[in-house]
Amino acid sequence: MNESTHAIFTRPQSFRDVVTHYCPGCTHGIIHRLVAEVLDEFGIRGRTVGVAPVGCGVFIYNYFQTDFLEAPHGRAPALATGLKRVRPDLIVFTYQGDGDLASIGTAEIIHAANRGEKFTTIFVNNAIYGMTGGQMAPTTMPGQITTTSPRGRNVEECGYPIRMAELISTLRTPAYIERVAVHTPQNIVRAKKAIRKAFQYQIDNKCFSLVEVLSTCPTNWGLTPNESLNWLEKTMQPYYPLGVFKTPDAEEQK
Amino acid sequence: MTRILMKGNEAIAEAAIRAGAIYYFAYPITPQNEVGEYMARRLPEVGGVFVQAESEVAVGNMLFGAVASGKRVFTSSSSPGISLMQEAISYMAGARLPVVLINIMRGGPGLGGILPSQADYFQSTKGGGHGDYRVLVLAPSTLQEAVDLTMLAFHLADKYCNPTMVLADGMIGQMMEPVEFPENYVEEPVPPKDWATTGCQGRAPVIIKSLNLDPVVLEKNNLVLAEKYKLMKRDEVRFEAYRINPKNRILVVSYGTMARICQTVIDELEQEEISIGLLRPITLFPFPAKEIFAEAVKPNIEVVLTVEMSMGQMVEDVEWAVKDKKPVEFYGRTGGIVPTPEEVKDYIMKILAKDTPAVKSWNG
Repeated sequence: MNESTHAIFTRPQSFRDVVTHYCPGCTHGIIHRLVAEVLDEFGIRGRTVGVAPVGCGVFIYNYFQTDFLEAPHGRAPALATGLKRVRPDLIVFTYQGDGDLASIGTAEIIHAANRGEKFTTIFVNNAIYGMTGGQMAPTTMPGQITTTSPRGRNVEECGYPIRMAELISTLRTPAYIERVAVHTPQNIVRAKKAIRKAFQYQIDNKCFSLVEVLSTCPTNWGLTPNESLNWLEKTMQPYYPLGVFKTPDAEEQK
Repeated sequence: MTRILMKGNEAIAEAAIRAGAIYYFAYPITPQNEVGEYMARRLPEVGGVFVQAESEVAVGNMLFGAVASGKRVFTSSSSPGISLMQEAISYMAGARLPVVLINIMRGGPGLGGILPSQADYFQSTKGGGHGDYRVLVLAPSTLQEAVDLTMLAFHLADKYCNPTMVLADGMIGQMMEPVEFPENYVEEPVPPKDWATTGCQGRAPVIIKSLNLDPVVLEKNNLVLAEKYKLMKRDEVRFEAYRINPKNRILVVSYGTMARICQTVIDELEQEEISIGLLRPITLFPFPAKEIFAEAVKPNIEVVLTVEMSMGQMVEDVEWAVKDKKPVEFYGRTGGIVPTPEEVKDYIMKILAKDTPAVKSWNG
């Protein structure tokens, strides 16, 4: 094998050489890395600004070698709108969890998507509030036990989990919306492709882009890392189907 | 310079553009809608950005993202809308960002009404949102002053890296007066915006945040803020002294539209050889406490009278400033009612006749 064909596994430049605070078996680290790899591959690190959420992902600004803003809970899409409108030459992305994006920040994400803001959202859906200690999220599965649904999520009282990718895809404004998962190597490769595409659409100044990533939370699910990967596939994936829900190209054909 | 007849809201909008603020985010609310309408028309002409947000919560946070670019950005709103922005204002104060907010006050509490009021004094000057912070607050009493203070607000925000508010009432927003815009506007230099998130090409990454889980670090940030507020109190206190002289029997303290009405009363009483002085705070934070004290303790002053379009908010700061050296009286109307010169005059005559005041502040 020629030396140039060796892919040497190194840390992406966009990622700092630090230990993250994430729990064992949590997939935030994988998703972070995929975003960092994409920033490296496009060579856009120096003009990228991330917007951190409130939740487990809040410390993302300590892990990326890019400028960062830390938003109030749920408001990352509003901050991203403000920054991107003033500096359209920057690459702006938000990184948000399900409590942040699908509960307290529902208005902000829907309206940012509907205005067709040219930034990218990485939406990490692990069906629970991680940082505050495992409370019920809008994406918590029916019957799922959390600290605030100790007898399991009762859909009679709490409704069914919100499928954000589908919800946002109903908007007429062109966008790129895809749902991926990171519980197997094959899915991780697909997730990377989706994230690449999302940033590509932004670089081309084409549309709003959002990638929903099904993720695990072994600590608050009360499962081992392996059981968590399995639970994601068996319980979450059937309810949250993977795939592309909307592309701007399809919109043009209409 | 040319004098132009303009509506207050439009004059404020134009003043912001003249100060270089061409990025505007807002949500419609009466009685300040003309600011947004003016901006929607005018900003595309000057290469700016107008975004009508989905809510004032979003407005506050769009400002947060936009001001992080290092550019001058602002919003305008009215009382209930400003309440919704308090989240972002607290975050921007904590992250030390120079945002400018225009509050054209209306009557409250709650949805209240749409007529002029000064009932947001507490909210504006004492913080408004959570945490230990202050907003620099400027209170115009004429349209010309609204223009001048709007332009100054951007300068002071940049100088102190602090949220700065122009606090006017619906009267200022809705009335028309001739105004002049400076032709060659020059400012003192402001500190470089090396904190802006403009992409880390060729430098270390910048993080703009208000989260500090380590209490020692968080306290330190609060101490930095406190130091800034001290500097504002030392260097930025602004006020107008009107007909203040050794013959004054009463010192009136009043701001904004209410101060203009008091001036009318004071002029009339002067004709009747009753001498009243007016100290009009222009900065509500920092508050001209020392200046009020200095005037209040003069031997001829019998009473200090605070007049507001509220049930008594600034009067608490006046009482604190006067330190029990003189009696402090209060007169106010609220809910959108603007006191007439006649009723203010009647009240002053009652005080002079040592008649028991009919209206007192709620804490009086």
